Amino acid sequence: MPNMITRRQFVATVAAGTVLATGKTTQAQAGFLRWMGRWNERVDRLLFGSDRLAAELTPAETTLAETFPSYFISEYMPVAPASWVLKVGGLVARPTTFSLEQLQGMTRTDMRVRHHCVEGWSAVASWHGVRLRDVAEVVGAEPRAPYVAFRSFDAGYWSSWDRESALHKQTILAYGMNGAPLYPDHGAPLRVYSAVKLGYKMVKYLTEVNFLPERTGGYWEDQGYEWFGGI
Amino acid sequence: MEATDRDERWKGRRAQPWLIRLTHWLNVPLLIIMVGSGLQIFAAYPALGPRGALYGWYPWHGMPPPTWLRFGGWLAGGRHWHFALSWFLVLNGVVYLIYMASRGEWRRRIFLPHRDARQAILMLAYYLRLRRVAPPIDFYNGLQRLAYSSIIVIALAEILSGLAIYKPVQLWWLGSLFGGYDGARAVHLLGLGLLALFTAVHLMMVALHPRAILTMLTGGKRA
Repeated sequence: MPNMITRRQFVATVAAGTVLATGKTTQAQAGFLRWMGRWNERVDRLLFGSDRLAAELTPAETTLAETFPSYFISEYMPVAPASWVLKVGGLVARPTTFSLEQLQGMTRTDMRVRHHCVEGWSAVASWHGVRLRDVAEVVGAEPRAPYVAFRSFDAGYWSSWDRESALHKQTILAYGMNGAPLYPDHGAPLRVYSAVKLGYKMVKYLTEVNFLPERTGGYWEDQGYEWFGGI
Repeated sequence: MEATDRDERWKGRRAQPWLIRLTHWLNVPLLIIMVGSGLQIFAAYPALGPRGALYGWYPWHGMPPPTWLRFGGWLAGGRHWHFALSWFLVLNGVVYLIYMASRGEWRRRIFLPHRDARQAILMLAYYLRLRRVAPPIDFYNGLQRLAYSSIIVIALAEILSGLAIYKPVQLWWLGSLFGGYDGARAVHLLGLGLLALFTAVHLMMVALHPRAILTMLTGGKRA
């Protein structure tokens, strides 16, 4: 454990929780929950194994496409502009702009894994695309960038990740689902897909990937959802 | 010989030692918030089974728990409360179990089939009015021991299934105990149902024997 709590802290925290349960104060709530959130994130990162792979599933386990939910925050389904490209930058040796064809020309990875939504549902699809670690290698992502931020053309939806999860073997920039090109409702033309994060971390309608020295936030993260969001 | 050992062990000890009382009452706020925040989380997807393959045996798909039972305001709030207080609830349980083991309290509280099974059946028959007289009771009756022991098993199932849902990839081996992520989710909710049942019976019995509340507050007389 990175941190042990003392008996005094424990008693204080339980007391705070009890007070809160009766709704007496909202000031302490942020403090207690923020503190525990930080603790849980440390545990989350400790549990994460860079080399641990999620189980690959069989075609028979694939969820019927029309029952696999898809969310976006724009009023209407976002449609990629004709001039769409992916910009990869930040702390990289060679900031690069990729066309979809260029990405499709790189080594393709296929994986069929279980999707875990923060809401509690799970669903299965196969996804194909290029590993983000391969893209990172092409642009020369610097070791002093421990964070990666993803931006989209879905009304500014975005997220940021720890580098370890972003460069995990099962984190890809997906341009296809269930053997077909990505449909607009699942993030066409390109989205982040990963076996090691909750759904809201996987930015769809991707436009930018930036390797960063500082941790940033995200659309849902800024509203209170966990930043790490590992599974 | 054995009888002397038994007498020595409980001499001067209260029926409900302070640590048992403390952990018992800490469970009340902790469980209320854990259940409320858990139902808040469940409300985001009030169904069991993966998308497109819901479990046929679950009768309440699409029916979220009522708002007044939920705690945390919204999904993110429910998650923060649930994952924060789970540590304290588990810690509380661990303290209770260590105390029971180290002080020999388990001898008078845990269900031991060779000692308690027959008495539990007789007690059940008495409650069901199949028998006119209650079997002789020492500290707890067999049915009580069965209930208090089974809640430990349920708690363990809740912790393991909860962790399996929390980290289905990193703790995949836990998930496989429950038939995967969605299986663990079903077990987690089933455990809540059993906990609710236990609590309902517990409150009913306490209402019938209110002196038990006093003992759980003061500890009772020293033996």
